[in-house]
Amino acid sequence: MIKFENISKSFGKLTVFDKLNLEIGESGIVSILGPNASGKTTLIKMLLGMVIPNNGNIIYQNKSILKDWNYRKDISYLPQIAHFPENLRVKELISLVKNIRQQDSDEKELIDIFKLGNSLDKKLGHLSGGTVQKVNLTLCLMFDSPVIVLDEPSNGLDPIALVNLKELISREKEKGKLILLTTHIMSLVEELSERMVFLLEGNVVFDGSNEKLKTMYQATNIEKALANLLENGNVENIKI
Amino acid sequence: MWKILKYSFIDLFRSKWILSYLFFFFIVSEGLIYFNGNLSKSVASLMNIILFLCSLIGIMFGTIYYYNSKEFIQLILAQPLKRSSIFIGHYLGMNLSLVSAFVIGTGLPFLLNGVIFSDFADSFVLLLLIGVFLTSIFSAISYYISLKSENRIAGFGLSIFIWLFFAVIYDGLLMVALLYFEDYPLDKFSLIAIMFNPIDISRILILLKLDISAMMGYSGAVFSKFFGTYLGMSISMLMLMLWSLVPIIFINKSAKSKDF
Repeated sequence: MIKFENISKSFGKLTVFDKLNLEIGESGIVSILGPNASGKTTLIKMLLGMVIPNNGNIIYQNKSILKDWNYRKDISYLPQIAHFPENLRVKELISLVKNIRQQDSDEKELIDIFKLGNSLDKKLGHLSGGTVQKVNLTLCLMFDSPVIVLDEPSNGLDPIALVNLKELISREKEKGKLILLTTHIMSLVEELSERMVFLLEGNVVFDGSNEKLKTMYQATNIEKALANLLENGNVENIKI
Repeated sequence: MWKILKYSFIDLFRSKWILSYLFFFFIVSEGLIYFNGNLSKSVASLMNIILFLCSLIGIMFGTIYYYNSKEFIQLILAQPLKRSSIFIGHYLGMNLSLVSAFVIGTGLPFLLNGVIFSDFADSFVLLLLIGVFLTSIFSAISYYISLKSENRIAGFGLSIFIWLFFAVIYDGLLMVALLYFEDYPLDKFSLIAIMFNPIDISRILILLKLDISAMMGYSGAVFSKFFGTYLGMSISMLMLMLWSLVPIIFINKSAKSKDF
């Protein structure tokens, strides 16, 4: 469904990707993991057309998305750091995004789940970090898109909101959607995701299921398995 | 594009900055008419204010608005919209609100004082048109600079320098060049040199219209003699249109390849 073909990207002298190849299927939850600055967000932003690769191609539904924009109606995106215009009120922002996308949306349920009712008339600049993240999640999940991209969805969320988020993600998965997830919270990965793609300095060093990772690195949980993977400096050998 | 244009226009027109800009021009125009007691003189006095102020406000606003809207742009970029419509719509929305504030602020006092029924109606319309052009040109230049420069201070500094260059330094350099090469025929050189400065073009346009060539100096006199009034005016108008269009083409080109 989504294919990254020979993708190279550098920012000035810093090379993030050098001929990266990655294929992601039709549905399920795929976690994209890796240490800081390993290229997770860049990969996601390339899929969304926000970062333009120097070389290579990105295919979505058998069509190249480079120079295209209409495919983005199929993707809901949750940015890692929510940057919203500070002078807008929450409800104005929601109607702005609805107006741009012109798709059916179900924001009411999400507003209830995240208890945003009292914040609707507040300006975004006046909200706390956690509340902004809830608004961010509402904007992302209110449309019924076949692909959902979540960049660090648990940022700043309280435990109750986190439980709700997990339920929401599982529900979307049951609808047969493809969910791409990046996070540093390993419990989230362990509970939700079926496939893990581990990036290190722009290379895919592991691509497979949670079970496969745990058996490969003889660990009882993902956190330990990943620690073993990173300690095993010779990552080239385990490239898949 | 229209959605973004509409959003940024409404967003800005509600802001106190644009309203103060409108109010400022209202007070200045009304004040000039009141103290001059004569519409023709008021148009001429307003000219200098417009030449410097529209360009300066345009250049400052373009940078400030782009940097302030970065969050909004990032949000919109992930939506199913074409990049060029996002940026051009955003720029045009900002420009439209600046231009509307200027036209309403300046136009209203003159209209109330009956400029339409006077002999200076066409000069006044030209003056408004020049204000619109200068606002568009300089706001587009600074929007482009901000798009290219991630560093706000550098972007703002460069924008202000560009304004200073066209408003002050350019004429100084031209004068030095004319004095230095005074032994050579400089007619064509000065004509071409003027075309590369939108503030100079605007000045000459309005002076040609008001027919006060004495205020034009050497280059204006050459311009007037060389082109004759109407041809000169059409060419200057055409140049102003080009000046308004070229930065938009650059904005479009740069927006297409930028990473966010």
